[in-house]
Amino acid sequence: MTYEAVIGLEVHVQIKTRSKMFTRVAAGYGQPENTLTDPTVLALPGALPVMNKAAVDAIIKAGLMLGCEIAPVCKWDRKNYFYPDSPKNYQISQYDQPICIGGTVEIELPGPARNIQGEHKGIPLTRIHLEEDVGKLNHGVGGSLIDYNRAGTPLMEIVSDPALRSADEAYAYLQSIRTSIVYAGISDCDMEKGQLRCDANISIRPVGDTKLGTKVELKNLNSIAFVRDGIAHEIARQIAVTKAGGVIVQETRDYDGIAGTSQSLRSKEMAHDYRYFPDPDLMPVKVDADWKARLAAELPERPFDKQRRFMAAEADGGYALPYTLASVLIPDRELSDWFEQAAKLAGAGRAQAVGNWIVNDLLRELAASATVLATAKVTPAALAELVGLVAAGTLLQHSAKEVFADMVATGEAPAAIVARKGLAAAPTDTAELETWCRDSIAANAKAVAEFKAGKESALNAFKGAIMKAAKGKANPKAVDETLRRLLAAL
Amino acid sequence: MQIDIDHLAMLSRLALTPEEKVKFSAQLGDIIGYIEKLKEVNVDGVEPTAHATPIFNVLQADDPRPGLSVEDALRNAPVQRDHMVVVPRVVE
Repeated sequence: MTYEAVIGLEVHVQIKTRSKMFTRVAAGYGQPENTLTDPTVLALPGALPVMNKAAVDAIIKAGLMLGCEIAPVCKWDRKNYFYPDSPKNYQISQYDQPICIGGTVEIELPGPARNIQGEHKGIPLTRIHLEEDVGKLNHGVGGSLIDYNRAGTPLMEIVSDPALRSADEAYAYLQSIRTSIVYAGISDCDMEKGQLRCDANISIRPVGDTKLGTKVELKNLNSIAFVRDGIAHEIARQIAVTKAGGVIVQETRDYDGIAGTSQSLRSKEMAHDYRYFPDPDLMPVKVDADWKARLAAELPERPFDKQRRFMAAEADGGYALPYTLASVLIPDRELSDWFEQAAKLAGAGRAQAVGNWIVNDLLRELAASATVLATAKVTPAALAELVGLVAAGTLLQHSAKEVFADMVATGEAPAAIVARKGLAAAPTDTAELETWCRDSIAANAKAVAEFKAGKESALNAFKGAIMKAAKGKANPKAVDETLRRLLAAL
Repeated sequence: MQIDIDHLAMLSRLALTPEEKVKFSAQLGDIIGYIEKLKEVNVDGVEPTAHATPIFNVLQADDPRPGLSVEDALRNAPVQRDHMVVVPRVVE
């Protein structure tokens, strides 16, 4: 029997705000333990929560990015449980009236090869709701130590329908969410800092069945690669258990990404009983059309829309970028904006050259010098100028590499570097060039015959000798033109 | 309405003596019974609401203010170490 997997993901994303969700003490990562608390965070008697407007703005933006319906009215509830990471003994969350409903996450599956774009599909969302994070427990010998700095940080939970079918789809889904959220400036989604966390609900069923199998919740998928590996591991485990005649039990399993194994967390005797009820301290939130429109105006273009635009023909307002370039630029909003600035300045027909410089050279130089794009000395205008020099034939590609290295190192303009280093290609109209071309033609009778017979590539046979004579500085465009003119006259 | 006092005690992480179970069952029963009275009210045509006052969008600008010092934050913690609260080791 063949089985298919049914996967739903719960993705928690910390919202990047300056203060906490329900109180104004600062939020942050990496601060000394228990320095980001106040009476509300610690649930001291009499403390009352007041909502952070920036966090509500941020989740509405996330909802709009992911095509959710924004509820006209939503409210907050208390999710009751006793655990020391939550000083109140309840977490403020949203139960039956979340702020974002439905939605779709567009994903791109891996193609058959790195340079071939894979299939796109839409993964339906159930909801996104706004809640607060809990404190961090450090389990040690003789006790657990609690740091409440994280407690009360705005947290949104993005819940997918059980609509994912493979570990690859789950991976693509998580990447797509991360890219959209980072694009919109809602969170940095750094998994190492716990800004993005993922739990997966996984079941299997015989292909063709519509009934859902018993689900297992997989926790601690704390890197994007572990999400893929952990889900693949769990699907394989469930199929193996089922094929051996065993039964999948509903449980929570902990995935160890380093070891590539999972183990059952002490299975709970009974289902969670959170006894949700409306939080009497927090008033509902109404989001009207004006509020939504104001935030929609601040949203960036959706990443896959931008990718389609970059790959579209220039006649359709695009840059005719191949997938290999677009797929490197798009996940980084800043980098793709940088590309677009440079491509616009470079002009028609030169976007791919700009893309190549960024993907092949700029990224390598930045990595080598441990520089980020924001502080790079090279500017989009300078790259556009460099591409222009090469396109005009005044600078040869191999000299351009040298110029580019200097641009990155010093920020000097390409034309200035070319002049200073004497890298300009030889003038195009010299009699000397024509002499080199004639000499080369005279020495290559075979290539002449081939070219005359219609073999375009035969032209290259003449060029080596010309470049050698020119010490590598001949303008290839001029060489090409001169050769064609002389050959036509033969 | 039946009160499952063992279940409630487990959820609340309380170890109740048999005497306490009897006592609290009765008290909780009284409270629930009192609330049950509300069922007698005719609410046909009344929209369900979590709040009686029509107030919405109580929001604050995201401007951080100083919080508690570590010393104050931990003042109520009976056991502490390395500026953190210590509780019996819990691993879910």
